[in-house]
Amino acid sequence: MSTASPSAAASPETGTARVKRGMAEQLKGGVIMDVVTPEQAKIAEDAGAVAVMALERVPADIRKDGGVARMSDPDMIDGIIGAVSIPVMAKSRIGHFVEAQVLQALGVDYIDESEVLTPADEVNHSDKWAFTTPFVCGATNLGEALRRIAEGAAMIRSKGEAGTGNVVEAVRHLRQIKGEISRLRGLDNNELFAAAKELRAPYELVREVAELGKLPVVLFSAGGVATPADAALMRQLGAEGVFVGSGIFKSGDPAKRAAAIVRATTFFDDPKVIADASRNLGEAMVGINIDTLPESEHYANRGW
Amino acid sequence: MTSSPTIGVLALQGDVREHLAALAAADAAATAVRRPEELAGLDGLVIPGGESTTISKLAALFGLTEPLRAAIRDGLPVYGTCAGLIMLADKILDPRSGQETFGGIDMIVRRNAFGRQNESFEAFVEVEGVPGGPVEGVFIRAPWVESVGANTEVLAEYDGHIVAVRQGSVLATSFHPELTGDHRVHELFVSAVRAGS
Repeated sequence: MSTASPSAAASPETGTARVKRGMAEQLKGGVIMDVVTPEQAKIAEDAGAVAVMALERVPADIRKDGGVARMSDPDMIDGIIGAVSIPVMAKSRIGHFVEAQVLQALGVDYIDESEVLTPADEVNHSDKWAFTTPFVCGATNLGEALRRIAEGAAMIRSKGEAGTGNVVEAVRHLRQIKGEISRLRGLDNNELFAAAKELRAPYELVREVAELGKLPVVLFSAGGVATPADAALMRQLGAEGVFVGSGIFKSGDPAKRAAAIVRATTFFDDPKVIADASRNLGEAMVGINIDTLPESEHYANRGW
Repeated sequence: MTSSPTIGVLALQGDVREHLAALAAADAAATAVRRPEELAGLDGLVIPGGESTTISKLAALFGLTEPLRAAIRDGLPVYGTCAGLIMLADKILDPRSGQETFGGIDMIVRRNAFGRQNESFEAFVEVEGVPGGPVEGVFIRAPWVESVGANTEVLAEYDGHIVAVRQGSVLATSFHPELTGDHRVHELFVSAVRAGS
């Protein structure tokens, strides 16, 4: 048999765009769940989550408690990494590249530069090319998604409105991104330059999206998914997978609801499976109507 | 066989689209498979990269585990990458509780053996039976093969660890050729499917 040549063996490349983006490709069709303890992480893994997001408080509690929301305690992240074998993600504040450095040092598999935490910089996001650990970032529209990708994000999630249990903003943002991609497809080469200017995004990325008909990275949906039908809705609208935050561990029977959301995400186009998954789940999280939420408490407005 | 063989991609979770594209490029008729009844009529099957614990649970939940085991026993050619390699192992060294594989290759695998995401890497790997020089290996939280049985061929090693194997018509790699645009490993699989049909 043959083996790898010594030169190739001596120089494996880590942290390449392909390795970072490829990691997100492996998560497609799956559910990523917010967890705050190792016990919750195990429940998520047992329910079939493809990854967990380790954080100190779920968004619903961040809303309730107020104050500054920061990166989680390293001991808590270590505990979650030790408890499960699926990938572990964790959140840094927008522009807080030192929190991101800490998360990389802790060995998390993905960093979410997240609007759910209190932004640390009102002008700049972190330079994500500087890291070996890949980043996922939120976006409300195509221009925002492409600016994050230009900064090195290897995965995008539509933002939605975290901690509300209300899917309306997730739908709005995903439709916005998909709609803008469709419009780019219809433009000719002359028009793409002006489109890039309007989108405030690099021309090369805009052209790539126009050619591919999709983002060059995986697109998930986040922010407000609370039921199996919500998750299936986001997939039918074109999300390649879903993040579920408060929706699981703020519900009556988290283990059951988590497994049900996983099933509905896989069989998102089969109403019978979604119906079965939706039975006897106990109480969903209460939820918040977005129109009663003051503008200053819209997390989606954080980041630009 | 003169027409293109029909090859399914198990579409419970993972990088299904990339495998569908690689199979089409290797001149197979590729189709996504999620239900037991969709196994009928397939000439071959790919088990994609993804999360092996998730794929294992979903396969059990939707009644796919036993039909797939039977199909593999009856000689269905299968190719698995990364999580797919884990699902084709007769034994996992460190399974999560309740994690069951389809089996098909007499080997013991170690999950996430090359490390977490920060240790994920690209490197060139020479694969026996793949002409034209080494392939680009993309290893993402990749497993390796700890040991193989007498009837399992080792097709590639990297850094002293087994990363590609074959037993009969079942092929598996620790790395992801579907992410590279180099379709030679898929061509190797498709030509084996053609030869067996």
